[in-house]
Amino acid sequence: MAEHEWDRERLLEIIRLNKDKPGALLPILHGIQDALGYIPPNSVPLIAEELNLSRAEVHGVISFYHYFRDAPPGKRTIYLCRAESCQAMGSEALETHAKRRLGIDYHETTSDGAFSLEPVYCLGNCACSPSIMVDKEVYGRVTAEAFDDIIENIQVNAK
Amino acid sequence: MTIVYVSRDSSALSLGAEQVSASIRAEAAKRNISVDLIRNGSRGLYWLEPLVEVVTDRGRIAYGPVGARDVPSLFEADFLQGGRHPVCLGPTDDIAYLKNQERLTFARVGITDPVSLDDYLAHEGYRGLRRALEMSPSAIVDEVTASGLRGRGGAAFPTGIKWRTVLNTASDTKYIVCNADEGDSGTFSDRMIMEGDPFVLIEGMTIAGLAVGATQGYIYLRVEYPHAHRALNQAIEAAYRSGYLGKDILGSGKCFDLEVRLGAGAYVCGEETSLLESLEGKRGLVRFKPPLPAIKGLFGRPTVINNVISLASVPIILDKGGEYYRDFGMGRSRGTLPIQLAGNIKYPGLIEKAFGVTLREILYDYGGGSATGRPIRAVQVGGPLGAYLPQSQFDTPLDYEAFSAIWAVLGHGGIVAFDDTVDMARMARYGMEFCAIESCGKCTPCRIGSTRGVEVIDKIIQGVDRESNLALLRDLSDTMLNGSLCALGGMTPYPVLSALTHFPEDFGISAAERAA
Ligand SMILES: Cc1cc2nc3c(=O)[nH]c(=O)nc-3n(C[C@H](O)[C@H](O)[C@H](O)COP(=O)(O)O)c2cc1C
Ligand code: SF4
Ligand code: FES
Repeated sequence: MAEHEWDRERLLEIIRLNKDKPGALLPILHGIQDALGYIPPNSVPLIAEELNLSRAEVHGVISFYHYFRDAPPGKRTIYLCRAESCQAMGSEALETHAKRRLGIDYHETTSDGAFSLEPVYCLGNCACSPSIMVDKEVYGRVTAEAFDDIIENIQVNAK
Repeated sequence: MTIVYVSRDSSALSLGAEQVSASIRAEAAKRNISVDLIRNGSRGLYWLEPLVEVVTDRGRIAYGPVGARDVPSLFEADFLQGGRHPVCLGPTDDIAYLKNQERLTFARVGITDPVSLDDYLAHEGYRGLRRALEMSPSAIVDEVTASGLRGRGGAAFPTGIKWRTVLNTASDTKYIVCNADEGDSGTFSDRMIMEGDPFVLIEGMTIAGLAVGATQGYIYLRVEYPHAHRALNQAIEAAYRSGYLGKDILGSGKCFDLEVRLGAGAYVCGEETSLLESLEGKRGLVRFKPPLPAIKGLFGRPTVINNVISLASVPIILDKGGEYYRDFGMGRSRGTLPIQLAGNIKYPGLIEKAFGVTLREILYDYGGGSATGRPIRAVQVGGPLGAYLPQSQFDTPLDYEAFSAIWAVLGHGGIVAFDDTVDMARMARYGMEFCAIESCGKCTPCRIGSTRGVEVIDKIIQGVDRESNLALLRDLSDTMLNGSLCALGGMTPYPVLSALTHFPEDFGISAAERAA
């Protein structure tokens, strides 16, 4: 039982913290994703009820935004910039390397659950292209070797 | 105690500024030297980041790029007294790239501690607000109108006229919304302001509130900017603590509240009506206009929605007067543009210049040509919806009208350079693909047209029925140009058709065919 109940309490807490704000839905969804890493499908009815919305409306909002996810991601999420400035500095090769190195495509998670890979369209780090972000950490001028170092560092630190 | 600056700007961090800062602390402790290490914004000289500056009696001396492992040798060279070292750049203010700029909006960025209100006040901060508090709302709007400021988010609409409409629309509730979605690739000036001088944005929004009678502001910030988020929240908190925000601003009886809201990775939410929908907690579907947001905006109330740079330019306009600002620039493009130079370029960075500087000057005199040393073949100006320009257009001055005369846009001032290895048919394909990924789906030309556009360009690249597919691509672009509700669908043809027009050889069109 425990896990479900615990989830519910935690979700309600986040929802109630934000629900009186004007335009509360996005702050609530951010709150949930910050806490759990994703927005569990079973939170939708809860949110809908608290905000007096239909489930379809809540679901529609979650699915509209690229950033929100409805399944748990890997421990760390790698956002790889696909936009023009990074392309001008070789991001396509980096993309190929990253996918091969991690053994996954975009929107996938490695089998050990360590990394998810997501495309992103500009990180505002265009003066240091190509660029990636790991969770909230930005890296610039990322070569294939630098990418491997970043991954290895994270793996070492995780041990 | 010697003052040392190492940037907290996210691009500086992306190159290791945190490690540099940590090693300076560690090395100083080891040597029993006390330094006052301040985390500033970035000067915008990104090829020199991580940049370390030391305050000496000769002014601030710069070192860069500095790696963490250079730090012991910097101490050996007595950098705390401005000592010589291979990475010493001399006085920061003498660096030509920086010296040859007109920094109005960016006057403090890289100079102050971004989250220190005292530092802000010591560098002419909040003088615009103090003046505005003594003026009538209408006089504030007049000052902004006189400055000639046009929106820096892309559409270049006169800011004063927008504010006038909101001022003249009666309502018990009005809003100031800052568009900090900065989705355009190749742009980072909004980010640099928010990370490097957040108070100037807060001040600009507060002045906007006084001007139109709004007491609530929102900054809609893209979720990809966690460092900006932190800096903004720190600055907002400090402003509240000292009476620059809240119930009774500086004892004037006027109120203004301000809150940061996060986007969720949708490019289209930078479009102003989509942004308002998103702020209201909905899907970011673009609204039909009219009504204008100035009349029916957030929650149906009159709303000023402006880009970060537009709002951050207001304090200096109020402080020094609209005329002071208007005296910079050319034609109907008044004041300065914070130009963001990126892509394949040797010296990428932030260049704030009066309008009128040419693209060529920016690319070569500042940018130093391509990073790879190969010829620059194409340049995209104005983000993913901006046209690609070939070398023959590099003498165009940065001016809204001069750009529209060559079927291009300045947009938010981002410039992305490509060397001669670029395949422009692939860039055109990416333009369509991006539109397909980011379309809000409300109108058919954009939603369907972009997906079709990708398929058609694929066929052209493969050489399948090239003639008819080229004609189809032109047709499709025409439909998107004329039949889209917003500029995402409506301007995607800019990068696509400009690539085709200026670089036909990349689409398999030979010189002979072109002549025909
Ligand atoms: C698809 C699309 C994306 C946009 N993205 C942004 C953006 O990220 N930031 C911005 O300030 N304006 C953006 N705009 C322009 C806004 O719609 C609007 O013109 C601007 O916020 C008005 O502020 P300004 O007058 O100060 O420029 C975008 C427009 C479109 C059509
Ligand atoms: S042009 Fe595209 S993004 Fe704009 S309203 Fe139409 S479908 Fe939405
Ligand atoms: S284009 Fe990649 S960070 Fe801006």
